[in-house]
Amino acid sequence: MASYATNEFRPGLKVLLENEPCTMLETEFVKPGKGQAFTRVKFRNLLSGRVWERTLRSGETMEAADVMERDYDFLYTDGDRWHFMTTDETYEQIEVTIEVVGEAKNFLIPQARCQITIWNDRPISVVPPNFVDVVVDQTDPGLRGDTAQGGTKPATLETGAVIQVPLFVEIGDSLRVDTRTGEYVSRSR
Amino acid sequence: MPTSKDWRPTAQIKTLVDRAGLLRTTRQFFAARNIVEVQTSTLAEYGVTDVNIENLTTEGGGVLQSSPEYQMKRLLVAGMPSCYQIGPAYRKGESGRWHSPEFLMLEWYQIGVTLEYLMQEVQELVAVLLKTRPRVVTLSIEQLLKNTYEIDVHTITPNELRAQCQRLGLTGETDEAERLDFLIGSAIAQLDHGLVFLTDYPATMAALAKTKIQNGHEVANRFELVVNGLEIANGYDELLDSEELIRRAECDNALRRQRGLRERQLDPHLVAAMQHGLPDCCGVAVGLDRLIALALHKESLSEVQPFPFRP
Repeated sequence: MASYATNEFRPGLKVLLENEPCTMLETEFVKPGKGQAFTRVKFRNLLSGRVWERTLRSGETMEAADVMERDYDFLYTDGDRWHFMTTDETYEQIEVTIEVVGEAKNFLIPQARCQITIWNDRPISVVPPNFVDVVVDQTDPGLRGDTAQGGTKPATLETGAVIQVPLFVEIGDSLRVDTRTGEYVSRSR
Repeated sequence: MPTSKDWRPTAQIKTLVDRAGLLRTTRQFFAARNIVEVQTSTLAEYGVTDVNIENLTTEGGGVLQSSPEYQMKRLLVAGMPSCYQIGPAYRKGESGRWHSPEFLMLEWYQIGVTLEYLMQEVQELVAVLLKTRPRVVTLSIEQLLKNTYEIDVHTITPNELRAQCQRLGLTGETDEAERLDFLIGSAIAQLDHGLVFLTDYPATMAALAKTKIQNGHEVANRFELVVNGLEIANGYDELLDSEELIRRAECDNALRRQRGLRERQLDPHLVAAMQHGLPDCCGVAVGLDRLIALALHKESLSEVQPFPFRP
């Protein structure tokens, strides 16, 4: 496997740290006075999402991680696995476990175009599109002008996720939701 | 193929005009103190033996100087009074937000003063350029490491040093000198805002400074000035003993061999000059680009250097 020396470090580089794939967030060259030069690096662990900070002596190398990001459309879930297909002409399918899908499951509607990170042929994360249109499955009838709950009420979406929505939202409405915050944006029709 | 915008300077023109004003102020500062401006060559026959500095060399065989130190000391031996120099310095492989392979260095030597006197003078220059009277703290390296990590730099064992560095995120193969550099660098990064003079370095980090006995430990009589966490100046009570100079260069080369680096020849002109007799003096080198960046509230060297070279 290829490796990178400290002078090749840059944000976005994917490397193995303690045998786990990480992406570099920030790199900084540091050198005290007449002392040894170091490169201080902030990494995001692609498995756990946690940020790690390490310092390497100049000239040290890190092993490259075989990581790629690829677009997939969500197909369906059998409750146990989530199934996706590539968006190009290859029609390759991939199945992803709940542990890897994580919070993204709240916004996975059929055809949602997701970015899946693959490490050594294994999916390790699923990022849904920033905005999705989801249908409301269940919500209490709203009363206009009722501000006792701050003007919002809970609604259960077709994906099973529960989000706060304005009081005028009704069952069957399609809502635009920001998947990064899990917040209601607007009614989409 | 370079794009059309690549011809533009990375620094704003207004910044470069302000920079010129700061350089004028700096020259006035020295003129007012009767310190002579000198110009030595940036291209010379020999470089340095320092383990952590790699000189850039030219095809014609010359070495781009990493500091004007050696030639300025030769001037002092030849009878030059206290003097300063503002000019470019070059270091191979140093590139980053606060590092550039070419940078502007201000270096000056004061004959017959104490290191404390020089520290005071550095502080005054910084106050003039930053247009503030910042809070000033002086900390020995011993105090710095005790305050930050509760360790004693004089008694720490190699294993404890390794463990401490690991806890702070140092990975890969390192030797003891590198671990000490890392630890001090990490502690500096934790320093509060303001001016901090670090003093009394471990004797192994003496470079070209005299050593002295402090509380029963041999320490280097040198200082480093850190402003808002950024290293700005490096000052020495200058070593006068040419035998000791040769011994330290041999130590540098021993460590170079150990690290698989090329050995470097100690500049024989410096040795000869010091044998002739360097007057008792203190000297300091200031990273002027960094100081200018701080004065102009910039966040990187490329905002104050018009065309930084990034290999």
